[in-house]
Amino acid sequence: MNVHVEVAAALPAAAAAAAGALDARAKRVAEEAARHADAVDRAGRFPAEAVAALKAERLLGIQVPRSLGGEGASMSEIAELCAILGRACSAAAMVFAMHHIKLASLVTHGLDSAWHCTLMERIASEQLLIASSTTEAGIGGDLRNSLCAVEAEGDTFRLTKEASVISYGAQADLILATARRHKEAATSDQVLVALLSDQITLERTSVWDTLGMRGTCSDGFLLKAEGLPLAQVLQKPFAEIAAQSMLAASHLLWGSVWFGIASYAVDRARAFVQGEARKKPGQVPPGALRLAEAANALQAMKSTVVAGLARYEAAKGDPDALSAIGFSIMLNNVKTTVSAQAVDIVQRALSVVGIAGYKNGTPFSLGRQLRDVLSAPLMISNDRILSNTANLLLVQKGSGKLLSA
Amino acid sequence: MVEISDIRDVLKSLESLKGAVDGLSDDDDLFEKGLDSFGSVQLMLALEERFDIEFPDSALGRRSFSTIRIIRDTVAGLARQEAA
Repeated sequence: MNVHVEVAAALPAAAAAAAGALDARAKRVAEEAARHADAVDRAGRFPAEAVAALKAERLLGIQVPRSLGGEGASMSEIAELCAILGRACSAAAMVFAMHHIKLASLVTHGLDSAWHCTLMERIASEQLLIASSTTEAGIGGDLRNSLCAVEAEGDTFRLTKEASVISYGAQADLILATARRHKEAATSDQVLVALLSDQITLERTSVWDTLGMRGTCSDGFLLKAEGLPLAQVLQKPFAEIAAQSMLAASHLLWGSVWFGIASYAVDRARAFVQGEARKKPGQVPPGALRLAEAANALQAMKSTVVAGLARYEAAKGDPDALSAIGFSIMLNNVKTTVSAQAVDIVQRALSVVGIAGYKNGTPFSLGRQLRDVLSAPLMISNDRILSNTANLLLVQKGSGKLLSA
Repeated sequence: MVEISDIRDVLKSLESLKGAVDGLSDDDDLFEKGLDSFGSVQLMLALEERFDIEFPDSALGRRSFSTIRIIRDTVAGLARQEAA
């Protein structure tokens, strides 16, 4: 007993306050996020309350290794939290997912850089929110090419990027941006540059006014940085970072957010059908069959995400396994499959609850969820991913096994 | 016997490295010189056709294709296995 008291006393006050199971902490954030989700959606504003709650529950630093002040949370643990948040507010969940996708890159590839280790300590202690800048004017959403370049002068550099999308760029404490390694480098010879918000200027060039996912505030910006230490440039080829951490983290954590949205919709449909059944005992309500189909699809979706997470956890730390063609194909398939399933499931749920779901402000409203989930097949277009898979399939051999790769 | 010059010939047939091949050393990282994932698949296909080999999935990682010398060694190893 005494031991526990001493340990608790030795922790920083905020960490002690937020101690407890990750799930319980995320559920408290989800309650706060749910309270403001409609307002966030209506105004297309940043989910500030939810992110403040994420910081208060110390959930932004959990992926950082314990040696650097974090909690060493695994991808699967973070995926579970994405699903919990996805049930409450898609935008807040997506911000949380995108933050941890970027943090995965730092944790996987930044441990041999002293500057980046200090940065990770700060992320854990100050709960810094990380945004991503990969999309660029003239390149579009092609992650693996950049036009802008790190321009070194002595031991400092400058960077100017026409970033046509930076999700919550204006609210982030840190932006990880892709750029060509130097002025003469090929467009695919990229590095990842860490830029703290007080080191850069962001001039807004476009506004994110969309059908759904309105709270991610994915505005366009002209990003400028000057006179920053070259140590902030992660020297590892971005191609390796993309293949070994970003691709997996993106598809698995996004998939988990979409699962959260879809499972909320199915829960609403189930509650609706159960309500109908109670009103007319002895009869199976007409929506029950549609509910069974939605529950079936939800289970298939869940299996795909969970299998992807298991494959990732098994390959983790093995660069050869993570950059194998079969692994990329598997992740691509997870993304295209679950993004389509999520849309399908929410639509099925809506057909079960009917007009009560179509209408805003009822206990069964699913309009926001449907609009949000429609982004899933478009966020990195499924067509782009399928083309990439098609290319990889030209050389993959495949094992035909059920329980292993 | 697989020669470095054979590998260079194959590389010259690729869109993403065309023109850059003569300026590359045997140990330059091809991915830093513009080889992308599409190009690496095209490279594998060209090598399989040219040397009548098949890359097993275990050899399909990035590392097997990172430099001209590594490609030569990989191809030579596979060509020996096919002959045996």
